[in-house]
Parts: sequence; structure tokens; C-alpha cells
Amino acid sequence: MRFKKITEQIVQAIFTVSGALTSIVILLIVVFLFKEGFGLFSSPSVEKGSALCVNAGNNIENLSVTEIKQIFDSEIENWEEVGGVDAPIRIFRFDEIFNLYSESDFGEDYELLPQKLGEVIKEDPNIIAYLPEKYVPIGMQSVKILPPENIGVADFFGGTQWMPTATPAPLLGVLPLLLGTLMVSFFAILFALPLGLGVAIYLSELASERTRKIMKPTIELLAGIPSVVYGFFGLVVLVPLIQSTFDLPVGETAFAGSLILAIMALPTIITVAEDAMRNTPRAMREASVALGATQWQTIYKVIIPYAMSGISAAVVLGIGRAIGETMAVLMVTGNAAVMPTSLFESVRTIPATIAAELGESPAGGAHYQALFMLGCILFLITLIISITAEVISKNKPNKAI
Amino acid sequence: MNKRLSQRIAFIVFKSLSILVVGILIWILGFIVYNGISVISWEFLTTSPTEGMTSGGIFPAIVGTVYLVIGSIIFAFPLGVMSAIYTSEYASTGWIVRFMRVMTNNLASIPSIVFGLFGMALFVNTLEFGDSILAGSLTLGLLVLPLVIRTTEEALNAIPTSMRTGSLALGASKLQTIRRVVLPMAFPNILTGLILSIGRVSGETAPILFTVAAYFLPKLPDSIFDQVMALPYHLYVVATSGTDIEASRPIAYGTALVLIAIVFVMNMLATLLRNYFNKKIKSN
Repeated sequence: MRFKKITEQIVQAIFTVSGALTSIVILLIVVFLFKEGFGLFSSPSVEKGSALCVNAGNNIENLSVTEIKQIFDSEIENWEEVGGVDAPIRIFRFDEIFNLYSESDFGEDYELLPQKLGEVIKEDPNIIAYLPEKYVPIGMQSVKILPPENIGVADFFGGTQWMPTATPAPLLGVLPLLLGTLMVSFFAILFALPLGLGVAIYLSELASERTRKIMKPTIELLAGIPSVVYGFFGLVVLVPLIQSTFDLPVGETAFAGSLILAIMALPTIITVAEDAMRNTPRAMREASVALGATQWQTIYKVIIPYAMSGISAAVVLGIGRAIGETMAVLMVTGNAAVMPTSLFESVRTIPATIAAELGESPAGGAHYQALFMLGCILFLITLIISITAEVISKNKPNKAI
Repeated sequence: MNKRLSQRIAFIVFKSLSILVVGILIWILGFIVYNGISVISWEFLTTSPTEGMTSGGIFPAIVGTVYLVIGSIIFAFPLGVMSAIYTSEYASTGWIVRFMRVMTNNLASIPSIVFGLFGMALFVNTLEFGDSILAGSLTLGLLVLPLVIRTTEEALNAIPTSMRTGSLALGASKLQTIRRVVLPMAFPNILTGLILSIGRVSGETAPILFTVAAYFLPKLPDSIFDQVMALPYHLYVVATSGTDIEASRPIAYGTALVLIAIVFVMNMLATLLRNYFNKKIKSN
């Protein structure tokens, strides 16, 4: 008897722990995502293990990430443009040293290499040299090492360029990706909403019981199709179709992404909105009809206003589904990481960026951390959406009707 | 406008929208089935890909997906069921249950790619499982946990309270009531959750990208620390990269058809079970 009681206690304890499981998982996700993600802002803006050096006579003290990128892309060619003297910039890359000296000049273990590099920098007052950290000539009077800067919060959230593999300083601006995600999702909902609401009204108010019995599992099946299959369908059917219909150079556009996402968001919108409409009390429908209203008038004057909170929740959940969708979008939007300007151009979304780039970014580097930061942003957006939907659907039905 | 006329117009619009949505589904399914059915053969299902993915079968990908499904279900199903038993049988209704339900909903709304990131950070890197069946299964398990919890909760809540009080009145303990009365009655519907989870796990790509999936492996995995090929990832790589995309298109259609068939069968099974369950409850 006693033994049985103890067993019951133990089992109950196990159940209690499992009950807290989802909360623990969310907590772990937060910890791991944010730990990696926030490492970004203490990472150096210049590629890890490298440094930039100038001649000691140069009056430049530091360069921003964008300036470094423009200098090395030859978009800035004069020191004057970054606040220096009026002189052309000479870019010196590490490999060039091997053209100036022969292998034997560097000593057996390359121990003379820093010194030779120092001499090169000393000779040219307008030079900027991009060197591996271990060969940087330290302690030479004529060489000034530009201070390593950390990647700034403003650079990340306000940056309009996403070039994570640019050397020497990767550009990690999240705006093009964020706007791309929002644009694709916004248009997806714009396409899906009228369609979804129409079907929800039909299912809840007009369809016969038999039609409902067929339609409901059909829509569930639509929700069950894996996103990679949607992506494949979009790639082989929608993309060529869009390309020929609108006479575009490429069919992989934001429009293709929005269409696929609209189809994928439909089941969510239909199911949630239909549930809300069916919950309208019978008495309210009957009262409306008794007053002489037609069925259609009852639908848009009574049922839709009554179900408004549920319908809004459906929209919000649909947006959530669209924002987080990865594979389908990755396969049909073309993935050009530029600021989106039109629906008929290629865009890249946050989830697609993570999926496409995480495999190629070295663990612990700034790029890797930036991708985790994108994950944090995605996590926060969907969390806010999920809580918003929860709050909206808890709202009491419209009492004013 | 005449109110009868406007009603007729509105209803025609709604009906045609519904037909449109069903039409879209038929279009997608029809397209995949039409192009894929000629590829499917016993050989396609039981041999390895050859000649740079342009011919041969998808056997290793099927095996990999089966392993991942088994692994994630072993992990997520018992935990999810226990979690649901706690919230619907033990927890005193109040803020704890509400909080847990909100957390479950939140977990369900997290995008699958975030699970992929998390799985990579925790299982692959921190716990040092590497890219492995273990890491992939655990990641997928976390992903379907909310689904298992929700369906189990619904199944348990559908059992009338009178069944529980009856059992308790006969002198059974709470645990005995759950084990002998509640769980057996709810079982078919809990199984629905399991089946839907299998469908979901076999189709997910994003969570396995960085935790287990391999482009091509010459041999089948020997242990849970090996990488595997998987159907959804296979479809992704065959459709988007490879030496000769046009030549590998048939393989892609065939893989897509297999994926859809799995989801279709699982959904059918779940619907049948649910109907059976509802009848059983009514007859009680």
C-alpha cells in the first residue's frame, strides 16, 4: 500500500516535469540563440585574425565598415573622402608581398615577414595594408595599426547591405532581409485573405454537411504538404509561368514567393476564421433572420462582426506562418540580398538567408553570429505574433451588435 | 441593389472561391502525381542514386527519413503525452495551465528554421553529437512536441468527467484511473497525434539542414552518430543544385510524389482513427 503511494508520487512528479517541458525548451532556445547572436556585437568588424595597417604619417585614426568596404572595392580612391589628406589610396593585399621579395628573404619560418611588410608600409604614405594578424609588424614606428572595432548595433539594424563574405570587412546590414521578409509576407496575406475568408464563409454558412465533410480534410491535406514540395511546385510551375506572363528576365521573384506563401497560409486562415464564425450563437442568427434580413445580410452584419476577433487572429497567424516559412521561399524568390524595390524582382528573406548561408559560415565567426542574430529576430517576431493572436482571440465578441 | 440579388452574387463568389482553393490543391497534387507516377517503380524505391543524382533510386533517403521519424517519435511522443497528462489531469486549473498552454502555442509558432539553428547550437555543437541521426531526431522531436501535446490534451479533455469520478468512486487511485480508464479511452485519438507527427516529421527540411542531412552517402548509416540522407532534403538538393538539373528532374518528381504519398496516407489514417474514436465515445 505504502509502496503504491510512493509510486504514485513519483509518477506525478514525472508528469509535472514533463508539463514544464515546452517552457524549458523555449527557455533553452532563447539562451542558445541569444548567446550566439549577441556575440556578434563583440566581434571585430574586420575579419577575424586580420588587421588593417597604414603608414604612421597617415592622419586617419579609424575607418567605418562601409568605408573599408568602399576602399577595397575601389569606390573610394582618395584619402580625402574619408577625412584624410588629398592623396590616392594604395591598396596592399598580403599576397603582394611575395611578388616584391623572394621566398628566401623571409627567413626559414617567415620570421622576417613582418619586418618586410613594415618596410613596404613605411615606404608609401598612402598605403593601406590588409594583413593576417600574426604577420602584422608590431612595434615599428612607421606603421600604424588601425584599432579593431566591434560590429555596431546600428550597423547591423540600420545597414542596407548584406555582404557577409566581403573582405576585409563583411557588411552585415539586416534591412534588405527584413524588408524582403515583410514584403513577401504582406503580399502573401493580401492574396490569401480574400480567398481564405470567402472559403471560411462558404464552409461555415453555406456548404451542406456533405460538402463540409469533403472540404475540411482537403484543406487539412493542403496544410500537410511539406514546404519543400510547395517550393518544388513553385520552382517548376509558377516561376516559368510568372516569367512568361509578365515577360521578365527571371521568374524567381518576390511575387512567386508571395503566391506560394499565400497558398501555404490558406489552411491556417480558413480553419481559424471558420471556427470563429461557427461559434456565433444560433440565437443571433435567428434574431437577424426574424427581423427580415437575408442570409447574406446576416453574414456581413452579424456573423462577421461577431467573429471579428477570431478572423483577426486568423490573419495574424497566417502572417506568422508566412514570415517563418523557409524552404518554399528559398526555392522561388531568387535570393538576391538587395533592398526590395518591386514585387517583380528577386528578394531574400530572413529564413532563406539562414538556410542558405549557415552551412558555409565558419562557426564562431561574425557571419555565423549574424545568422543567429537573424534567428533571434525571427524568434521575437513570431513570438510577438503568437502572443498577439492569443490576446486578440481572447477578446470578448463585439457587444455592440 | 436588390438584396436578393446581392445575396446571390455574394454566394456565387464564395462558392467559386472554394472551388478555386480545391482547384489549387488538385492542380498541385495532379501535377506531382502526373509527373511522378511514371518514375515510381520498385527499383526506384530500393536502389541508391547513381551518376550524380541523375538516375537510380532514392532508397537511402527513404531509410534516412524512416530513421529520423522513429528517432523523433521515440523522443517526442512519450514526453508530449506525459506533458498533456499533467496539464489536463493533474494541474489545478489556473495560471499554471494557462501559462503552459501559452508556452506550447508559442513553441508551435516558432519557425522550423529556428529549430534548425537551435538544434545545431545545442545538439551538434554544445553536446557534440555532430551532424547525426541523434541530433536531427532530437531537433525534429522538439518541433512536433506541441502537436503531440495538443492532440493528446484534446483527446483527454473529450473523455467525460463522469468516467473519472466513477472510477475514483470505486476506490481506484488517480494513477489507476488514468491508466485503466482515461488512457485506454483516449488512445485512438492520441494515436491521431502520433500519426500526424509522423507526417510532419517526414516532410520537414529546415530543421535537418544543419543537424543531420547529407547530400549523398555511399552507404547506409551504422549508428545514431552517422549522417543520413532524407527525402525532403533530397528533393531540395535534386531540385535546386546538382550537375545536371534537367536530367535529375524525374528523380525530383518521384521524390515529391513519395513525400506527398506519405503525408496523404498519414492524414487518411488520422481521419479514420478520429471518426472511429468519436463513434466510440458516443456509444459510451
